[in-house]
Amino acid sequence: MSILLIVEHNNQVIKTSTTHALSAAKILSEKTGDDIIALVSGENCASVANAVANTENIEKVFHADCSALAHHLPENVAPLITNIVTDNDIRYILAASSTMGKNVLPRVAASLDVAQISDVTEIVDTNTFVRPIYAGNALETVTSADLIKVLTVRASSFEAAPLNGGSAVIEKQPDVSDQGISRFISEDLVQSDRPELTSAKVVISGGRGLKSGENFKILESLADKLGGAVGASRAAVDAGYVSNDMQVGQTGKIVSPDLYIAAGISGAIQHLAGMKDSKIIVAINIDPEAPIFNIADYGLVADLFEAVPELESTLG
Amino acid sequence: MKIIVPVKRVVDAYVKVHVKADESGVETDNVKMVINPFCEIALEEAIRLKEAGVASEILAISVGPSNCQEQLRTCLALGADRALHIENENTLQPLAIAKALYEVVKRETPSLVILGKQSIDGDNNQTGQMLAALSGMPQGTFASKVSIEGQEVHVTREIDGGLQKVALTLPALITADLRLNEPRYVSLPNMMKAKRKPIESLTTEELGIDTSPRLTTVKVSNPPEREAGEIINTIPELVEKLNAAGVL
Repeated sequence: MSILLIVEHNNQVIKTSTTHALSAAKILSEKTGDDIIALVSGENCASVANAVANTENIEKVFHADCSALAHHLPENVAPLITNIVTDNDIRYILAASSTMGKNVLPRVAASLDVAQISDVTEIVDTNTFVRPIYAGNALETVTSADLIKVLTVRASSFEAAPLNGGSAVIEKQPDVSDQGISRFISEDLVQSDRPELTSAKVVISGGRGLKSGENFKILESLADKLGGAVGASRAAVDAGYVSNDMQVGQTGKIVSPDLYIAAGISGAIQHLAGMKDSKIIVAINIDPEAPIFNIADYGLVADLFEAVPELESTLG
Repeated sequence: MKIIVPVKRVVDAYVKVHVKADESGVETDNVKMVINPFCEIALEEAIRLKEAGVASEILAISVGPSNCQEQLRTCLALGADRALHIENENTLQPLAIAKALYEVVKRETPSLVILGKQSIDGDNNQTGQMLAALSGMPQGTFASKVSIEGQEVHVTREIDGGLQKVALTLPALITADLRLNEPRYVSLPNMMKAKRKPIESLTTEELGIDTSPRLTTVKVSNPPEREAGEIINTIPELVEKLNAAGVL
């Protein structure tokens, strides 16, 4: 019996979110005794399949490679996964709850006529999972009656597994046909040398208080000093200061760095949902009544345009 | 073009929810209930498509106990042409809701189904994708822009790394994300008019679907509490504390 781990990648490198999902798969594997099969699907993604095969704890890699899978269109990927599941003794299907996992897995679950458990933060046993609800204001512990359990896991709740030490077998899968109902047009991806938000050890986030996209430079400067990532509140994204991929919150990215600095962020429930599991939270806000001070470990009532540069220069 | 917009009745986003003492769930008695914010955005998109002359009919649907008729009435007041209540005394799980909606999709043959990407209570982000799978429709999830281009709909999606644009053949399913649009407010005169409009009704039994829950909630508990922090007065003090905490 096996756990099918859906690998997320860009046909060249494995995405960090998958390394966290792999840790979750390992925990499940330990509890169930099931082995882990990784699915790498895409176009010209052999290097990814090889990298995954070199990862410890992976038993087998299923490598599907054809043009229909190039952009991970769910209409083409879901049937691939359901066929793999029915042809092999798969009991768990697992992916990170990234936009890819969220896009594809429910389509797979419904095709298999089973439920999905989204955004799992803890695997209690082979059939007991914890997940946040109401923007993380409550935690729900659930069990599933289905024989096949489809799970997305919250990357920030699991460690990043190392990508070495393995020697799995790679099994090439037959090409799949394009379902013909969807087509990739274009992509506009943000390029950055900074660490990914969801796995950075330090995150500096800005809110409406930054007043412009240009002003985010002061946060970027501090982030670079600390080797961290830059995030934003919904307000900053809605106002057009920064792009959507930076949004931290209930419906954006969930982060749990060692240090989270919130500058000019009031602290709405929906933002807290995305960062309240950070180890240390620092809030810098000119408004002493800002709700963020209720959950910050350290609060500084100050003008961020003075405080942030001063913080950077004090760090030397 | 007919558009179906499923909506969900949820606790208002600004309400601080409380976990019941017996850990059986979240307290929802006497709490303000509204249309899920993402469903509002979905409905707004449908109304704009109608105003642009692209859509001819909007059917709002909600699945659950009779009180969700309140939200359906608001949908009529906002601009839906018809409202359908699919009755079940329980709040159903996404798979069952998708099955109920699929039965209606089969009967109504819409060109577009637009839903909110997730409901702010369950935070599951599944129903739209499940309905798309059951009905064999392509899906454009987390949509921040939608445009009809002939027999296709072009959807710009917000993804982890930025934006992606896809083309979907109609009929298609879209799940709305935050920035797709800013929903209009309902006006009092329209709300009064809507009180007199009919709401169609069907039961999940009549639709012949299996609504038995697959997931069992063992308990609902409070998240770990953060202890109160301290206000710091100077940057050097802050740096000292952070060094001591080992996070620099």
